[in-house]
Amino acid sequence: MIWEVFRQERKGQPFTHGGSFHAPDQAFADAYAREFYARRGESVALWVVPRDAITAIEEFPDEFDLKYRRVDGYSIKARLKEARDRAGTAAA
Amino acid sequence: MAATEPREQEFLDYVQSGGLVETDDWMPDEYRARLIKFIEMHGNSELMGVLPERDWILRAPTLQRKLALTAKIQDEVGHCQLIYRVVEDLGKPRERCLDDLISGKAKFHNVFHYPTKSWGDVGVIAWLVDAAAIISQKALLKCSYAPYARVMKKVCWEESFHILHGRDTVLAMVTGTAEQRELVQEAITRWWVPLMHFHGTPIPAEEDPMVVWRIKSQGNEEARQQFLEGYVPQILELGLELPDPKLRRNDEGVWEYTEPDWDELLSVVTGHGPASQERLEFRRLSRAETDWVSKVVLAEAA
Repeated sequence: MIWEVFRQERKGQPFTHGGSFHAPDQAFADAYAREFYARRGESVALWVVPRDAITAIEEFPDEFDLKYRRVDGYSIKARLKEARDRAGTAAA
Repeated sequence: MAATEPREQEFLDYVQSGGLVETDDWMPDEYRARLIKFIEMHGNSELMGVLPERDWILRAPTLQRKLALTAKIQDEVGHCQLIYRVVEDLGKPRERCLDDLISGKAKFHNVFHYPTKSWGDVGVIAWLVDAAAIISQKALLKCSYAPYARVMKKVCWEESFHILHGRDTVLAMVTGTAEQRELVQEAITRWWVPLMHFHGTPIPAEEDPMVVWRIKSQGNEEARQQFLEGYVPQILELGLELPDPKLRRNDEGVWEYTEPDWDELLSVVTGHGPASQERLEFRRLSRAETDWVSKVVLAEAA
């Protein structure tokens, strides 16, 4: 059985993937995770997860070009200029 | 090298321009096969590399040294487990790696085919063999196959402890009795040729398929030069001698040395080194002897 380990280096930092190992059950997985990823104090916390529990999503199709969800979906330059012109606040 | 179809050429362009590859990405068969062979040999070497050190656990001169050596051995076996995981995700299960290792079909690094004669060897191995290894491994941080590069980050970090442990051991001996100093000198003399072999034949980087696929990011000779540049001065400043009268740094900053016998390297890594068979036999024995443990553990977990 394969387990994935995520480790936090310091409090407040995100957990990042550390690696994976074989372990027959949770107790072995805990022991291995401690030995592999924390025995020199290099981690303050670990998440130990059976690989099967992880769903990997790798395809993100955007058939409808949903640009309004992203900053590059907005070009405000022209409108801003017109608004400033109307308000009489455009820089000289 | 055969980048025959357009998709393969595209992949080659991608990795050559710094692109990174993940486990589930499409990759050419040749790339996958080369990765498996190389990474598997690395894993094998971590596992076989603990055997010469294991011999010295019971003979370590102090409790502190015994604990440090045991910790190093634990690190190396841990590296093996992590590295075999990378091989597994590429398609070759760990059990098959172990089968091929003990049957002699798969290779492991040349330096682990030699015997250790004294505690001096233990210091020289931890200091200089690990120094040579870390040069290769640091270059692998830039490997185009990202899961391997990520594992290497942890490996390099731990190797830096080993080098210090080795250097400290050597320093303790060269500042000890004349006999202790002599043990270090003898060990350096014994290990010099294997160390010169370590980075492989001086095949030009542009002809090395491992460099072309950007699995390795430096050529063999480049790695050896880096080793010589970094460590020869550190060896000589201790008043130790190196058994190569031609060894010198020329005016262009390039290290010149006596060409090592490359046939010897080939013969050693194909299982004809002075300790090759003994080590493999030990690995077979320990696998057979501990088989019941994994059976029991797996049965209990099931």
